[in-house]
Amino acid sequence: MPDVSDFILKLQRRRIEGSHATARQTAELLRSVVSQTRMPYTNQAAALLDAVRAVGEQLIAANPVELAVGNIVRRVLHIIREEDLSSSAVSFEGLMISEKSDDEDDADHKGGPVLSAAAVAAAARSTLRPRSLQTLLEDGPLPAAPSKSSSAGDSEGKSKSDKSAVGKRLKHSVIEAINLLIEEIDDCYEDISEQAVEHIHQNEVILTLGRSKTVKEFLYAAKQKNRSFRVFVAEGAPRYQGHVLAKELIQKGLETTVITDSAIFAMISRVNMVIVGAHAIMANGGVIAPVGMNMLALAAQRHAVPFVVVAGSHKLCPLYPHNPEVLLNELKSPSDLIDFGEFSDCMDFGAHGGAPLMHVVNPTFDYVPPNLVSLFITDTGGHNAAHMYKLIADYYSADDLVIKRKSTSSN
Amino acid sequence: MDLRRPNRPVIGPKVRQVGFVTPDSAAATSSSSIPAVSAAAATSAGSPPSSLSPVMIPPPRHPSTEMSNPHFHPVGSYNPSEQILGSPPALSPSRSSRFDADGSDFGGDDDESVALSGVGGGMTPKSSLLMRQPVTKTAPLVSETRKRDSNASKGKGEGPSAAPKEKLTKAERRATQEAQRAAKAAAKEAAAAGGAPSVSKQPKPATKPATQQKKDIPSGSGPLQPLAPSGSIEKKQGKKEVAAPHPRMQFDDMTKVGKLKKRAVVNQSEARNRVELFRHLPQYEHGTQLPDLESKFFQLDLIHPSVYQVGLQFLSDKISGGNARCIAMLLAFKEVIQDYTTPPEKTLTRDLGAKVGSCVSFLIECRPLSVSMGNAIRFLKNRISSLPHNLSDKEAKSRLQSDIDRFINEKIIIASKAIVEHGVSKIRDGDVLLTYGSPSVVESIFAYAHGIKKNFRVVVVDSRPKHEGQGLLRRLVERGIHCTYTHLNAVSYVMHEVTRVFLGASSVLSNGTVYSRVGTACVAMVAHAFRVPVLVCCEAYKFHERVQLDSICSNELGDPDAISKVSGRKDLNYLDGWAQNENIQLLNLKYDATPSDYVSVLVTEQGMLPPTSVPVIIREYGIERLWT
Repeated sequence: MPDVSDFILKLQRRRIEGSHATARQTAELLRSVVSQTRMPYTNQAAALLDAVRAVGEQLIAANPVELAVGNIVRRVLHIIREEDLSSSAVSFEGLMISEKSDDEDDADHKGGPVLSAAAVAAAARSTLRPRSLQTLLEDGPLPAAPSKSSSAGDSEGKSKSDKSAVGKRLKHSVIEAINLLIEEIDDCYEDISEQAVEHIHQNEVILTLGRSKTVKEFLYAAKQKNRSFRVFVAEGAPRYQGHVLAKELIQKGLETTVITDSAIFAMISRVNMVIVGAHAIMANGGVIAPVGMNMLALAAQRHAVPFVVVAGSHKLCPLYPHNPEVLLNELKSPSDLIDFGEFSDCMDFGAHGGAPLMHVVNPTFDYVPPNLVSLFITDTGGHNAAHMYKLIADYYSADDLVIKRKSTSSN
Repeated sequence: MDLRRPNRPVIGPKVRQVGFVTPDSAAATSSSSIPAVSAAAATSAGSPPSSLSPVMIPPPRHPSTEMSNPHFHPVGSYNPSEQILGSPPALSPSRSSRFDADGSDFGGDDDESVALSGVGGGMTPKSSLLMRQPVTKTAPLVSETRKRDSNASKGKGEGPSAAPKEKLTKAERRATQEAQRAAKAAAKEAAAAGGAPSVSKQPKPATKPATQQKKDIPSGSGPLQPLAPSGSIEKKQGKKEVAAPHPRMQFDDMTKVGKLKKRAVVNQSEARNRVELFRHLPQYEHGTQLPDLESKFFQLDLIHPSVYQVGLQFLSDKISGGNARCIAMLLAFKEVIQDYTTPPEKTLTRDLGAKVGSCVSFLIECRPLSVSMGNAIRFLKNRISSLPHNLSDKEAKSRLQSDIDRFINEKIIIASKAIVEHGVSKIRDGDVLLTYGSPSVVESIFAYAHGIKKNFRVVVVDSRPKHEGQGLLRRLVERGIHCTYTHLNAVSYVMHEVTRVFLGASSVLSNGTVYSRVGTACVAMVAHAFRVPVLVCCEAYKFHERVQLDSICSNELGDPDAISKVSGRKDLNYLDGWAQNENIQLLNLKYDATPSDYVSVLVTEQGMLPPTSVPVIIREYGIERLWT
């Protein structure tokens, strides 16, 4: 598929960067992948899952640091599973109504009462969620059977016309759901910024670092509600996105002060709240954020200033970070820090076996551990760092955490 | 209010003995004091404390009664007067007072003079004299000392004239004591002391123990201390020692700014779009004053050319760094002294002091003084004022010049050598050392460690807008030291591999706060979070008795345009023309204050100390003490 290779190339060459852009384009790409997949007669969901997984694996490998890509791939996989379940439930319901005497299907539910379609759907949904005390109690009376019945396409096998109708319906509903997902990605700013007035009061002093569209919209929304407050913007070297943000803020009439990153510690004692964007939020509540954020979070902790992270749900990553400073990071070109050839005169490559005496380190991301974050604001509301894993479990299926083409498609 | 101990023999204060109990020290020294005076006090203090209330706070120990009382043991850990003075309880009163006297002479004196110049001569000597007139009437002693310090026109001649007065008061005081009218006298004194600071803008709490100290000296120290040069000086010293540092010029005070502007040589225009929080600091448009000053070159006959040159270099940031600026200034002063001739009918000590003062205020206009420079000026002024009268001009000048050389040598050059030796002992093979900016002492530590074949790697962290680290990086790489260069934001990334953090300081304040290049606090904080030891290298002449909690109250503002422009990045022009929009301000802070708990150790020429020991260094080995 030309689209896929093109997008992979763009990801590899870092033509597309930023969570929002990559998330949106990944979703669009997967939508086209789903629509182009030829549906077999049986096991349609499995076929879709395989197709998406195959593409997703390549996309993730193209830029592993861009976690939003993996998030969207997993979201799409989750959507396929869910749609499959609900469609099977619908078809199951149809079966129940039309052919009540069909024992073979009901043989699984031995001795059980006739199940309503809603109950089956609920049970099916519960299988996608990790088990918790609550779901155990809710679904207690149900036998474990629905998980079997949900195994793709097994239960829907009566007539060919029925099959094709169901197959189309599945594909169609998956595409519908992906459209909803894209919409959600686009609208996350509105959902987040709606909450701004609840967090920003009059005469507040807010510090932010770098530029995040989410933060910008958040501040705009508070300004529109006639809150007057002051914003300190740390410029965020070496990308200096803070300058862009400052320019955007003053156009909306916000009082803005640009400070150097080095002045963060000096100024934070006069700041009421730190609001920053994130690159990704990990399952443990840790944040992958633009470089310098850990310093800012530490300073905020020192001065007991609330450290608020605003991020859309497409940035919620179901993975737990291991050594994220190194593994989930990217080193950029040294030319941001030192001009090319600037130090060539004082470097003697012959003296030390050809190894240069000087290294320039220019990382892109920082990892902020969960204990430094006071609050996450996503499009579903405010959350504690310790609660993030639960929130994330709503969006992803536990089977998709590791995306490998080899893995079996069963359930 | 230091009430004399009330004459209640039964209700003695219950002084609880907590901590170190050293009953002998005070008794030994105080036994030699006058017993007659103590008769009254002995009944109160010496009697067993059969107190009514178990939590009664003892009234502040009055030094004279306490010293003269052979039974009184100043052992309780709670002793207000001692605590304010800050001398450790184990010290015997006589020793502490003598020491105070030693230290104060210059401390107070220079402080006053520096402050005068630091304010830009907000008060001319005459005006200050006028303002202090009422004080003179109520409290002759206070005004006496004050006049001596601040007034440049009246000179040393006052010393002898003050002596008979002082004897009179001494006698008076004894009479007062014996007549048991102490309470009234004390109230009067306190009122006078309370009045003086408000006039001279001295913080009140500090002067209170000062008056106590002063009162004590005539009665106690006369017979005790034959070492002391003379009563009047002693008294002055006793008073001045505890005086808090003079408040700095606040630039949001319109009247003072107006006065300053009138006298200013450098014509600076206020920068636009000031940050609200920093109204109290001067901020000028950068680069506008330079051509103006250059054109004035031939009109400014008051300013010596070498001072002028240094001032311009400060203004254009050609010389930066605490030590470099201090040395440049001192060398300029040396030339000033070299070319100085005493005008007729003037004394060298007075006139030269005033001349140096005007040079200093010129330098302040160019760029606010650093603490190290302030200390150097204190030293110089002190040397000038303590010159003997009978010296010829030539002798005096050569003596001052050698003093300046000695200062540069001892306090800066040899001190940094000592620091290098201390610092190198903390570098092991295989270490990864991180430094921030371009501290000169740290650089020489690295160079020395490399010279003795230690195997280590250096991480140079740099920040906008000055990128001083690049210079350091270049020099280190040229020496063949393995370096990693990164920017401040990435400090969390590199901190994992770092084993030691070496930082420089502009000054170290009395509460252990390290006042240094902006960003130092961030580095120290991250290092602290990653459990990496932080070593702050700083010469002891940069220590100051001032305290500071945040980086806002006292700081220096740089050129805001340096923030809007990113060097080498032409594409970043979002903030061009920012001054037209009143909603945006750019803040270019120059310094920040690192809390003392982030500092593992201070490396000074006195050794390696915890930051809590700064006041001890200031007190015991401080500049004033070593220079006498």
